[in-house]
Amino acid sequence: MTKKQRKELQRIIIAAIIFFVFMIGENLGLFPFMENSLIRFIIFLVPYYIVGKDVVKGALHGIKERDIFDEEFLMTIATIGAFAVGEFPEAAAVMLFYSIGEWFQSYAVGKSRRSIKALMDIAPEYANLLSEDGSTREVDPSEVKPGDVIVIKAGEKVPVDGEILEGSSMVDTAAITGESVPRSARPGDEIISGCINGEGLLKVRVLKKYEDSTVAKILDLVENASSKKSRTEKFITRFARVYTPIVVIGAVILAFVPPIVIYAATAAGIIPEGAIGGGFLEWIRRACTFLVISCPCALVISVPLSFFGGIGAASRAGVLVKGSNYLENLGELSVLVSDKTGTLTKGEFRVSSVLPEDNKEEILRLAAYAENFSDHPIAASIKSAYGGDIEEKLIKDMENVSGQGIKALVDGKKVLCGNDKLMRAEKIEFVPCEAAGTVVYIACDGKFEGTVVISDTVKEEAREAVSAIKNAGVREVVMLTGDRREVGEVVASELGLTKAYTELLPGDKVNIVEELEEKLSKKEKLAFVGDGINDAPVLARADIGIAMGSMGSDAAIEAADVVIMDDNLMRIPQVIRIAGKTLSIAKQNIVFAIGVKTVVLILGALGIANMWAAVFADTGVSFICVLNSMRALRE
Amino acid sequence: MKKKYELEDLDCANCARKMEEAISKIEGVREINISFMAQKLTIDADDDRFDEIMREVERTIKKVEPDCNILM
Repeated sequence: MTKKQRKELQRIIIAAIIFFVFMIGENLGLFPFMENSLIRFIIFLVPYYIVGKDVVKGALHGIKERDIFDEEFLMTIATIGAFAVGEFPEAAAVMLFYSIGEWFQSYAVGKSRRSIKALMDIAPEYANLLSEDGSTREVDPSEVKPGDVIVIKAGEKVPVDGEILEGSSMVDTAAITGESVPRSARPGDEIISGCINGEGLLKVRVLKKYEDSTVAKILDLVENASSKKSRTEKFITRFARVYTPIVVIGAVILAFVPPIVIYAATAAGIIPEGAIGGGFLEWIRRACTFLVISCPCALVISVPLSFFGGIGAASRAGVLVKGSNYLENLGELSVLVSDKTGTLTKGEFRVSSVLPEDNKEEILRLAAYAENFSDHPIAASIKSAYGGDIEEKLIKDMENVSGQGIKALVDGKKVLCGNDKLMRAEKIEFVPCEAAGTVVYIACDGKFEGTVVISDTVKEEAREAVSAIKNAGVREVVMLTGDRREVGEVVASELGLTKAYTELLPGDKVNIVEELEEKLSKKEKLAFVGDGINDAPVLARADIGIAMGSMGSDAAIEAADVVIMDDNLMRIPQVIRIAGKTLSIAKQNIVFAIGVKTVVLILGALGIANMWAAVFADTGVSFICVLNSMRALRE
Repeated sequence: MKKKYELEDLDCANCARKMEEAISKIEGVREINISFMAQKLTIDADDDRFDEIMREVERTIKKVEPDCNILM
């Protein structure tokens, strides 16, 4: 509770006590002196003044600024109107409940603001800067420069991005990536700011200034996210602009037109005297109920609050959403296009099979020797599959045949290791292999020995993630890859994808995304997921660009609309669910607020709803909408 | 020049919306965003008249909500 809120609460309590004592007392007949209407007026003016002083002052300010659609001005007119028609308790009550409502609203908003802030409590407070004489001193994180050495003690937050020089530890990255399993950190590893050091003492060389460090970037992104407004928020802004004037004009019409018409009609003898309710005062009273409902506050507060909460919930899960508009689009996602290598697959190449199986050892040995001096990823995967030691002095005359493979003399034998072109060029009779992946044929002294198949492995969670994405309401999950058709189709069927586009050139990806987007209706959205390294144009082109596994990669954070901090594909269905929930909460608030206001306006015009109902339609609805918005924060 | 300021005692969301509308009409303001949730004002305005524009912004804020202060 802030100081201002506490003071306001005291005033509300005092006013409420006075109000209820006199109202109940009057009804029980305890205060005969209240029959004098002047005394009665003064008695109810006291609580009115206590809670309403600032409102009236605000109203005078509104008049000075010529803002007749000022909420406080309208509330003042409404209550003065109630006093004028002799409804003293109602006038005081409207002001009292209006203040209570405002107070609760301010309290709830403050509380939600704090809980969202707590969620993003990843900002480091200090850094332990190591000086040349070996002593450390606490400085503000913004004071350390790249090249400085800092010390991070057990349990402390990593203040800036850096590289570990000494010490090893398990680091809790949950605040940044949403990943709950701690990561091991050893000398030479990069360490990301915002993570929490576990047990060990770390000496870290600073790589980036605080402003450029991951934690500062994330905070900046999340804070600015609410400035990219969703269509729903824009609709509310437009609605708010016209709502108040319409209701106020309605009130003016209600106050003057019906009584004049009724008076004229009665005078002309069209309707008998007193047939249609109330005199002039009754219509003023009805007009006052209108004025009480004239603020669109419930909508103006609760809709942005829902989106703010949704973005907060996503960042807690390790997903940065760069704007409310992207969260809204995610809620309407119908096609997800994914890159293959590094996104659906690990991007690590492994030997998946060796043919024929019974000669496996020998084939791998020959291949590993032949490939020993190559730095191609294929060589690395063959060597790791072989696993044994390589006696380098046995390898002679290694020759790299571009686009074909490798020739080498291994222990005096001529070994060939490469694709079909190499085999044909050397006139080797070989058994063609149709397996998915990169196929390497091996021949020794002119005789075909066998085949090694190398393929990328699918991420463990990929299959589950694809089905969860479909369950979250995404109609199609499509894969784009530059790989061979056989490779792409195996992955697509293994993961249960809707479609796979294979053998693409880099430029084709943008074209396909454009084609797919054209087929969608306005309400359907397309997202592209990639590792952010070479698909910046596609990330930018899609309705929503999602970058994966980009912890610390500036380029990806820059290019994408949504950034998944760890490599986990399961974050995608999770953030789609958060987005869907946020959107439905915002819609519930809109329907509820506009619905209740409209009903009370109609009932008020007919004389059925009184001031009390109007106060509920104003502050009560705001309060309920704010509480509802807070659900977006919880996942 | 783009700058961010904190706001104090910004109490009503509708006021934030009104401030935004009024400030966007000030000459030289390219972009204005007032976040009621974050209690922050982000402004992008002409460099050469920036201080003058900020004084005008402050006056506009006071007009809408006299209690609200901009922390500069």
